[in-house]
Amino acid sequence: MTHHTSRLLTQDLTLGYGERRVVREVSVAIPDGAITVVVGPNACGKSTLLKGLARLVRPQGGTVLLDGEQIHRRPTKEVAKVLGLLPQNPIAPEGVVVADLVGRGRHPHQGVFTRWTAEDRAAVEEAMVLTDTYDLADRAVDELSGGQRQRVWIAMALAQGADLLLLDEPTTYLDVAHQVEMLDLLAELNTRRGTTIAMVLHDLNLSARYADHLVALHDGRIVAEGTPDEVVTEEVVRTVFGLDNRVVQDPVSHTPLVVPVGRHRPRRPVAPDPQADQATATSQENR
Amino acid sequence: MATTTTELIQPDRLRSSSAAGPATAYAVMLGLLVVAAVASVLIGSRLISPTAILEAGPDRTVVEIRAVRTAMGVLAGVALGLAGACMQGLTRNPLADPGILGVNAGAALAIVLGIAHLGAGGMAAYVVLGLVGAAVASLAVHAIAGIGRDGATPAKLTVAGAAFAAAASSWTVAVQLVDQTALDVMRRWQVGSIGGRPWDLVASLAPVFLVGTVLALALSRTLNALALGEEMATGLGRHTTRDRVFVGIAIALLAGTATAAAGPIAFVGLIVPHLVRTRTGSDHRHLLPLSAGYGAVLVLVADTVGRVVLPPSEVQVGIMTAVVGVPFFLLLVRRGRMGL
Repeated sequence: MTHHTSRLLTQDLTLGYGERRVVREVSVAIPDGAITVVVGPNACGKSTLLKGLARLVRPQGGTVLLDGEQIHRRPTKEVAKVLGLLPQNPIAPEGVVVADLVGRGRHPHQGVFTRWTAEDRAAVEEAMVLTDTYDLADRAVDELSGGQRQRVWIAMALAQGADLLLLDEPTTYLDVAHQVEMLDLLAELNTRRGTTIAMVLHDLNLSARYADHLVALHDGRIVAEGTPDEVVTEEVVRTVFGLDNRVVQDPVSHTPLVVPVGRHRPRRPVAPDPQADQATATSQENR
Repeated sequence: MATTTTELIQPDRLRSSSAAGPATAYAVMLGLLVVAAVASVLIGSRLISPTAILEAGPDRTVVEIRAVRTAMGVLAGVALGLAGACMQGLTRNPLADPGILGVNAGAALAIVLGIAHLGAGGMAAYVVLGLVGAAVASLAVHAIAGIGRDGATPAKLTVAGAAFAAAASSWTVAVQLVDQTALDVMRRWQVGSIGGRPWDLVASLAPVFLVGTVLALALSRTLNALALGEEMATGLGRHTTRDRVFVGIAIALLAGTATAAAGPIAFVGLIVPHLVRTRTGSDHRHLLPLSAGYGAVLVLVADTVGRVVLPPSEVQVGIMTAVVGVPFFLLLVRRGRMGL
């Protein structure tokens, strides 16, 4: 994982709004064919960094390079054929049906008056099959559940032809089951299609589980970077989030699992409860 | 999860594009347009037999006058329908209308200022002034909305437009209060009428109208991308600021043409794209041409009905579109509530 090539990277990237610096001199490389997750507390600049990578924000200093060229110097339509984006609040036009919305991902491949080609159609079909949205083709996007809708947006980015996918908190409005479903889908795209994925996630434990490469951001700077095992340590979590915590092993994925230590309800010694012990024993036997 | 076998893919399910689906919609629209145009030539305070269109005779002059009027109606209707659809796409507000960006108010202000200070008179002068006013209004509104970090967002455009319209209207009224000629002209112009226009006015407006129409239609994919939100549009490879300027120019040309030629005709730019959207969806590649066609149909029908509804006098088209538009709109709202 350490000697990966990176089509997308930043060099001393500084981003901000007016006087306010949100991302300060960040140099980060998004490893090709891997899943990179950016984590950090609220307002640490992680969303802004992602927007910078997606050329949505102009650098105040430093550069973003895509295939060795400055992303802002390249024709934006050409960038769009390589780089797909799922912002935090995409807008689905009223009444639009799934196939139509996914079809809009073909935008960078089409001219002003060019007709819909067989290639466009094939790309849309493939994107819908890959994201399991094919059966929703005729449905209005407004009527879909949050999880289905996110899959449709990802299908749109795939129809775009994107090899790199940038996602800004794709699980925000989803319940835990749909969060896992969403991340499983991204992991599948990554393994089956080789799609490079870089995303911002809120949930540290899910991040540790799904990321190949983890970037921890604090106050606009990178505090730690590497595999989840390297990054998710009690010390880093304390520095980045200011949270007293314990890191244990996730019993399912064997990745680090952060257990917060709050001020309330701590370490209350649990009275030995034979019934509970028995229940645990039974459930283990059943496995 | 996803199945990858290709035989499961039924091609008909993907009607995502220029498939045969909307062909019927275009045919119906063109049919209605022809009927409305013919009716507009034949029906009036004086009824004319269909043969008069073809043969020379005493009715010939009436036919010609009505033909000009019909051409004016088509021009104004197409322009308003397109401008409304562009406006709704640009502001992402399904109830937006060319009045919202201050275009009408700007045109009116330019006309009264021209009359009061430049001694302008005559239809041609009013048209030029109206176009200039519409253009200046669009530029001013975009400039005002562009102040600040995010540039001209839909919400800021709407607010800036409303503020500009209010300011321009106040100024217009102030000029009218001191200038009797301006008051007289505006009193007629502000109702909205396509009658009594000379043929060369249609001819001189046509180039501006055509540029606006082609520009608007060329922007359909752009509007489709902008509809997904600022960030998504940028991600799809749009320069959103530049795009919005182009859409603004199209709106100014079209709404300016229509407003300068016929005065402010209400409801067409609002209701036509709205109605078309409920039928054909939000794809601007179909929404724009269909809105153009139905805009013309609505203006022609409203004008024709206005000629016969209160004989012997005529009700101007600006009033008729409001009369036709309001119940239409209520119907839409009702149907929307009943879940179609």
